[in-house]
Amino acid sequence: MTMEIQVTVNGTAYTKDVEPRVLLVDFIRSSLGLTGTHIGCDTTSCGACTVLLDGQPVKSCTMFAVQANAASLGTVEGLKQNGALHPIQEAFKEHHGLQCGFCTPGMMLVGSALIAENPHPTDDEVRWAISGNLCRCTGYMNIVSAIQAAGAAGEGN
Amino acid sequence: MFPPSFEYSAPGSLSEAMALLGDLGDEGRVLAGGQSLIPMMKLRLAQPAHLVDINGLKELSYVRREDGHLAIGALARHAEIVKSPLVGEVSKSMAAAAPWIADPLVRNRGTLCGSVAHCDPEGDWNSVMLAVGASVVAASSSGERVIPIADFVVDFFTNSLRPGEMVKEVRVPVPAGASGGSYDKLERKIGDYATVGVATHLELDRGGRISQAGIGLTSVHNHNLKATAAEQILVGQGPSDGLFAEAAEAAAQACQPSSDVRGPADYKRAVVREYTKRGLAKALAGARGEK
Amino acid sequence: MTATHPRTTPEVGGIGHSVRRKEDSRFIQGRGNYLDDIVLPGMLHMAILRSPVAHARLRSIDTSAAQALPGVVAVVTGELMAAHKLAWMPTLSGDSQAVLVTDKVRYQGQEVAAVIATDPYIARDALPLIDVDYEELPPVTTPQQSLGADAPLIRDEKEGQIDNVAYTWESGDKSATDAAFAKAARVINIETHYPRSHPAPLETCGILADVNPATGQATLYMTSQAPHAHRTLFAIVAGLPEENIRIISPDLGGGFGNKVPIYPGYVVATAASLLIGKPVKWIETRTENLISTGFGRDYHMKGELALDEKGRILGMRSSVLSDQGAFFSDAQPSKFRAGLFHICTGSYDYPAAHVTAKGAFTNKAPGGVAYRCSFRVTEASYLIERLVDKAAHEIGMDPAEFRMMNFIKADQFPYKSPTGFIYDSGDYHAALKMAMEMIDYDGWRQRQKERTDGKLIGIGVASFTEVVGAGPSRDYDIVGLKMFDSAELRIHPTGKAILKLGVKSQGQGHETTFAQIVAEELGIPANDIKVMEGDTDNTPYGLGTYASRSTPVGGAATAMVSRKVREKARLLAAHLLEASADDLEFDLGKFTVKGTDKGVTIQEVAFAAYTNHPEGMEAGLEDVCYYDPPNMTYPFGSYIVVVEVDPGDGTWKVLDMVAVDDCGVRINPMIVEGQITGGLTEGFAKATNQWITFDDDGNCIGSNFLDYLVPTAWETPKFRLGQTVTPSPHHPIGAKGVGESATVGSPAAFVNAVVDALWSQGVTNLDMPVLPHRVWGAINGVEAKP
Repeated sequence: MTMEIQVTVNGTAYTKDVEPRVLLVDFIRSSLGLTGTHIGCDTTSCGACTVLLDGQPVKSCTMFAVQANAASLGTVEGLKQNGALHPIQEAFKEHHGLQCGFCTPGMMLVGSALIAENPHPTDDEVRWAISGNLCRCTGYMNIVSAIQAAGAAGEGN
Repeated sequence: MFPPSFEYSAPGSLSEAMALLGDLGDEGRVLAGGQSLIPMMKLRLAQPAHLVDINGLKELSYVRREDGHLAIGALARHAEIVKSPLVGEVSKSMAAAAPWIADPLVRNRGTLCGSVAHCDPEGDWNSVMLAVGASVVAASSSGERVIPIADFVVDFFTNSLRPGEMVKEVRVPVPAGASGGSYDKLERKIGDYATVGVATHLELDRGGRISQAGIGLTSVHNHNLKATAAEQILVGQGPSDGLFAEAAEAAAQACQPSSDVRGPADYKRAVVREYTKRGLAKALAGARGEK
Repeated sequence: MTATHPRTTPEVGGIGHSVRRKEDSRFIQGRGNYLDDIVLPGMLHMAILRSPVAHARLRSIDTSAAQALPGVVAVVTGELMAAHKLAWMPTLSGDSQAVLVTDKVRYQGQEVAAVIATDPYIARDALPLIDVDYEELPPVTTPQQSLGADAPLIRDEKEGQIDNVAYTWESGDKSATDAAFAKAARVINIETHYPRSHPAPLETCGILADVNPATGQATLYMTSQAPHAHRTLFAIVAGLPEENIRIISPDLGGGFGNKVPIYPGYVVATAASLLIGKPVKWIETRTENLISTGFGRDYHMKGELALDEKGRILGMRSSVLSDQGAFFSDAQPSKFRAGLFHICTGSYDYPAAHVTAKGAFTNKAPGGVAYRCSFRVTEASYLIERLVDKAAHEIGMDPAEFRMMNFIKADQFPYKSPTGFIYDSGDYHAALKMAMEMIDYDGWRQRQKERTDGKLIGIGVASFTEVVGAGPSRDYDIVGLKMFDSAELRIHPTGKAILKLGVKSQGQGHETTFAQIVAEELGIPANDIKVMEGDTDNTPYGLGTYASRSTPVGGAATAMVSRKVREKARLLAAHLLEASADDLEFDLGKFTVKGTDKGVTIQEVAFAAYTNHPEGMEAGLEDVCYYDPPNMTYPFGSYIVVVEVDPGDGTWKVLDMVAVDDCGVRINPMIVEGQITGGLTEGFAKATNQWITFDDDGNCIGSNFLDYLVPTAWETPKFRLGQTVTPSPHHPIGAKGVGESATVGSPAAFVNAVVDALWSQGVTNLDMPVLPHRVWGAINGVEAKP
């Protein structure tokens, strides 16, 4: 049995039918074909599925798609605007903040939400903010630098 | 990994939600943050027949001061509690605990009322609630009732709600005079449950003696544990290191931790002892206005 | 060229430049092409039913209810696989492994059946509808139990197998070693368990098998670190003609050795696709990944050092007992049953060593060689660095001083170790000295003495030598495939290029770093060079990426093929310049006639290859190189960690950590540092919390991320990195590889630090993970298991 939901993703409105039990991450990946949001675990532990729900980073594997009805979602695909990369995307490349890239969409979304609120976070503030996102490759140091650099760049420094 | 099927309703008003829960009885489950329920459904450890999603009831999203208490609505997320200046004014124990719930992403969705209702002995909030003497407002289509937290937390994942009732609000009393509190959580990493958690709450009278004392323990019993014997040692006394050591010993004796992957029982008991001492010292410093 | 000053300009981006990664563009836009992102028309979804128990006879299996569920297309059992001779498959270590259980379950999580359905949710709904009757048997949960007289026979299906021994192995010289110990002034010994740990790449393993009945082509999209080797094995195992199999390993979300073995899920999905005639996708869950796929370590080690009266090492002995799980499936060179563990003699100069190893079957998932181990070098390095530290503490010598006294000296290289390795180059004294200066070693020793607040300071040193770059064909093969690697390079008319490789990145940045090697050799900007890996139809044959072999072997092939292309380019240049090839010089992308300023760029030469080639010469400008390394390479380093221990609850934290690495020439310093930082984090993880363990019933504890504890950014310390550069004398560009150095070298540094803090309390050893309750128990003299 399906329900109709209306959800805005990266500024585009969608109307879709979905079973209540379908997880938001599966909806985003399969129904919407946006595969930049990843699945890395089955216990709400890794954060690879992070999306922005009304501007707040949440784990899309621990929500049902039907709960996103009437909500506004942001995924990694929405960071680039009008052909221009978001400062966080530029910074991740510049500072080698990614290796395999699998955790990267989640890290960038959390980072972008953090610097929107606090453009000059300390190391500890960044590490605290990304403590719900696991990375197996980088050891986190360059992710922290990238987020800080993005914050500084956004202020026109 | 993939939950089983269920019926889903998203009521538009509290009365609609109450009516639905009343009709569904045991078949209905409230879905608020979902950060405890949905992981269980994904592993098929919980298979509720019908979810009642209350996230549309924006009127339940509040943290506010009312007569003599801090009122936390059913949709108040952990993240809001971390940010709210009202929380620190009323309870330093709550303020100390809030940032350590789960991880930042889970805190953006999960709710304090949901944690309280869940009664996970490894959950942090109920230890704090026991220490501060909170109460739970249970609502149903027949009305509301206020349940003291010590009566609400019954057992392992078991609360005292009747079928058709949901937790609408949690109330934390505003201390009469000088007060302080703490929460110390030994966890293996961010996002893990507590190996041991200790919440303390102290209120001092005009003479500097302890007028109220609360100690709540996480992960050392079938349910969050109020260390009553330890509290009784403290009440009416002038604070001192020796007094705190005595109370810490009583807390250590009261708990019944199990030996598991997080450590042997003796170790957990030793940590309870150590953290109770440290926590009471912090609570005292807070009550006296020291750093 | 010196190691630290690049010869090329930043625009060309040759060796030594921290060129920003070309592959990043798609990843930062969420347009990576990982396995689960790939969708084919008509694709079906597979889910695997796994045994909940560790050891059991399979009495019966009834799939009728599952098959009846709407949306289920097929249910595959061991019986069906057996009918196609696919119920068992060979492993990379010459054993066999069950694909789907036919007789007996041998570990919790083992594959019993598979459902193929139109939707992954429905496939999962069908699993509990499969009715399996297990007759439980007593499980064997430790290798010691496994080798005991009463242990049940785990591999009762294997002809000639009378016990639970998987293999035995030996290296070194027993009599020389016994003689060294006989004359020792002192013997130091240690018994330690390197616990089971799991690579847990953030992307799990999977396959999208498309066996097309109309074309006879099998296109297998697969999370594979070694696509060519996998293709050959698929051909042999499945009986599919090799030319009709194409393996495409797409973007991989990490590998760390977890994506080297062939898993039953791959075989079942391929068979299902063949039988059904539609593409079948299987992506494992995290739980499946942790409970059944290739783990690392689980080595029970005993080590001994013989010392003279001054503390100089005379000899070393080690014996190890390995927990192999239910099947011997290690991916390692066939000649070395215990991998390269015999490098356990370490960075020290002494003439005698003897190593014995035994592998035991247990009722656990198979594996052991994985997780950035360089084929058991992690275990070896841990043992020797713990032994050396213990030795220093027991004789009352500073651990850094003890190492300096015993190090192989810089002028002793190439150095033949007592177990036959020929270390190519090194300067261990310089690396340790730098690390000590960077961390202010003497200052910390002073602070350690002066601490009065009840917390304990500890300082841990680890000076590792590791061996990578497998490997020379005389000694190295995996299932008979020699461990060369390859590079194919074509220069286009417009002077751009395409480089195709036999290795396969899982995040190491090959699209950038390998282009930089060509840029260095030919002067073509790295950004003008497209790098391709992973598609067996479009790349030369190689053994893949693991054990840090890409730069030593694939990188060498790339340098050599570039030089071959350069030689043809020289002839073309000579033709263009109307000069003799011998009169030309090549530097920074240009051929010039010696003593003149007459020259042509490599781009002009490339154009000429297609538009103006001389008579008698073939057109085009391309070549291929299959590189057989003459030796392994030996990266090394010194790491120092300072910790603070809280005796009140046993917790400890890192106050400072310095890592000085020497991997020879660094192609891209930024990428090298990224590899090191990631590896140090893995070492920290294993030292603190990250292990898999089992209860007495064989239940796996650590089969999801709630129990298998991967550190977050909050727990992970910051690291300060330093470098020395001692090029490899036999490598075409002097590079040694670095991917696993930090994972190899760092765990001992962390453990040495905590033990150092507690030595005065009578604590002489702590096994990983150094859990707070173990520390507390050690301080309080209490047995604190687990």
